[in-house]
Amino acid sequence: MSTCPVIYLDHAATTPMLPESIAAMTEELAQFGNPSSLHNAGRRARRVVEESREQIAEVFGARASEVIFTSGGTEADNLAVKGMFWARRAGDPRRTRVLTTAVEHHAVLDSVHWLADAEGATPQWLPVDDCGLVHADSLRAALAAGPDGADSAALVSIMWANNEVGAVHPVAALAAVAHELGVPFHTDAVQAAAQLPVDFAASGVDAMTVTAHKLGGPVGVGALILGRAVAPVPVLHGGGQERDVRSGTLDAPAIRAFAVAAVTSARRRAAEAVRVAALRDDLIRQVLRAVPDAVLNGPPPGPGRLPGNAHFSFPGCEGDALLLLLDARGIACSTGSACTAGVAEPSHVLLAMGADEARARGSLRFSLGHTTTQADVDALGGCIGEAVTRARRAAGSAAR
Amino acid sequence: MGLKVLAAMSGGVDSATAAARAVDAGHEVTGVHLALSSNPQSYRTGARGCCTLEDARDARRAADVIGIPFYVWDLAERFKQDVVDDFVAEYAAGRTPNPCLRCNEKIKFEAVLDRALALGFDAVCTGHYARIDEADGTLRRAVDDGKDQSYVLAVLTRDQIAHAIFPLGDTPKAKVRAEAAQRGLLVADKPDSHDVCFIADGDTQGFLARQLGGAVPGKIVDSDGAVLGSHEGAFGFTVGQRKGLRLDRPAPDGNPRYVLSIEPVSNTVTVGPAAALEVSEITAIRPVWTGCPAPSSPVECSVQLRAHGEVHTCTAELTDDELLIRLHAPARAVAAGQAAVLYEGDTVLGSATISAAS
Repeated sequence: MSTCPVIYLDHAATTPMLPESIAAMTEELAQFGNPSSLHNAGRRARRVVEESREQIAEVFGARASEVIFTSGGTEADNLAVKGMFWARRAGDPRRTRVLTTAVEHHAVLDSVHWLADAEGATPQWLPVDDCGLVHADSLRAALAAGPDGADSAALVSIMWANNEVGAVHPVAALAAVAHELGVPFHTDAVQAAAQLPVDFAASGVDAMTVTAHKLGGPVGVGALILGRAVAPVPVLHGGGQERDVRSGTLDAPAIRAFAVAAVTSARRRAAEAVRVAALRDDLIRQVLRAVPDAVLNGPPPGPGRLPGNAHFSFPGCEGDALLLLLDARGIACSTGSACTAGVAEPSHVLLAMGADEARARGSLRFSLGHTTTQADVDALGGCIGEAVTRARRAAGSAAR
Repeated sequence: MGLKVLAAMSGGVDSATAAARAVDAGHEVTGVHLALSSNPQSYRTGARGCCTLEDARDARRAADVIGIPFYVWDLAERFKQDVVDDFVAEYAAGRTPNPCLRCNEKIKFEAVLDRALALGFDAVCTGHYARIDEADGTLRRAVDDGKDQSYVLAVLTRDQIAHAIFPLGDTPKAKVRAEAAQRGLLVADKPDSHDVCFIADGDTQGFLARQLGGAVPGKIVDSDGAVLGSHEGAFGFTVGQRKGLRLDRPAPDGNPRYVLSIEPVSNTVTVGPAAALEVSEITAIRPVWTGCPAPSSPVECSVQLRAHGEVHTCTAELTDDELLIRLHAPARAVAAGQAAVLYEGDTVLGSATISAAS
């Protein structure tokens, strides 16, 4: 069997589970009981779920009743975008516009495309600047435009922080603009929740997606944090376990592990952000020293960028060739999204930021996290130069 | 000392077993599945819904079982340009191309090999049934006559062969299947692929008609120019074809008639009796020599004129860059565009593309 990477620089894809979270989950897996059952075993499981709900609510500045557990970020995004669209349009048939950005995660992007194809929605793609940031003015202008102005807007969905280039959007300001015009606001905070203080109430958003596996919890559990006044039409129908908005037996072990990871990572967040940002800054220095013409994509390091994110374009390289070469040296990183068959696609985020296809294809994301050490950064710094040289030769061989 | 080997893995039993054997031989092997067709059906910008999702999955699972890294390389653009467009253009010009041969020449042992070498690999390994002679580096037929693929590899240059590994050439197919099962490769029972991989329904005529913009009615004539019928496009015919001519009247002698030639400019298909298909002189262009230096005098050898075709003894003579092949006994249905591959015993001497036959 091929060895697992020893240098893991893909925390934005998923980050190793925290030992505390693994311990909680394994302990809970040995228990039993359906949280919806009325007997003793059910009550015990229900208590685990509700205590976890309270802990998660506290971490994210929400009330316990605002936490709707889902199977993860994708389900939460689908529920928010589709469910809020359906509910808003049912209230007024003019509300068919969905305002979002072209740099969203595919869980939002593809939901919006589906609404356009199947439900007659009109997507409106807010522009981003060359750092990948959307501005409140653009949102205000876009909301006011259109046939009935803001009255034709069903919802706004803008991510808190971008998963590829780490851009942190001014979510509170954006939500305020939407609310001024009476339009509900959803944010995908999957990346932000792992690295930034994310406060649901303070941000003013109506719905917010979070997921466990980006902050040290297990894959397969997440939440839509949903203001109590917001009643999206359900995507999944059944037992109505979660406020009648989401159905499905609650996964007590995963939910408990999610809560432990959220609490633990929140406690360490401030110190970790400083530590990880320093490593990330050194990584940027080392990469640019080895490859002087590499381009750092996204906002400059600082409050406008996720502390664990570094994203580069390497001119004259194919990202997937670089990935293969680094993988062979035990370094794990990412080119962006891959289709089911595993073919690397040019990053839609970079394309939206104005990059051409060659630059978008020649990009790599390095994302740092709680297990990252200086040795990891040095290992990358030690071999990125040679990998780029080889990848350039390979790209040259293709350009006959 | 092991090499760094890139194993092209189609998702079939042969390439999976070949990759496993390369590992056993001590090489450091990385598996690659080539995504050759693009089919943008999803919402994602530029997304490739590969027509061979299942094959990609099979290849990935085989790589898991073998325990090697695995990637998918997107060669859809190169494949379209070098194989599919070439296939269509060749038919449109009245020739009969062999797309597998072109794929080996341009994709597996050019685009993929060049990229592999640049990335630091030493060789490309495939599941082709052919052998490379260890002593002199020549290409030889596989021991399994029925599976031998030296014909579609003969177009490779010496340099390409020097960077190729064909681990299956010494083994009959049945044994490869048994070995795959023993190795726990789930593709052991997967049926062999036969048809042109980019024409999923096997309807070459329909594919060509779509690619070339629909039907172009023309005449079917005999050697004297008498009109015997009509067709929907000369591009759909192959020299030697008997079926599907739909002629208005039978031949005077009652014997079947065959396509003798295809004239794309006048869109005319000429038919005639079997005897008229017989040729004994073949001209071929763009020769490649791998089993011997370019010969300066006539060579006595044998020649194969299509995939899995018969072998004919001949005298081959190189003048300038054109190969003249004189068959010792006439052969039938020799189509321009196919390869003429020269053998000495089971060793490939060289290969060239048939341009004319008489």
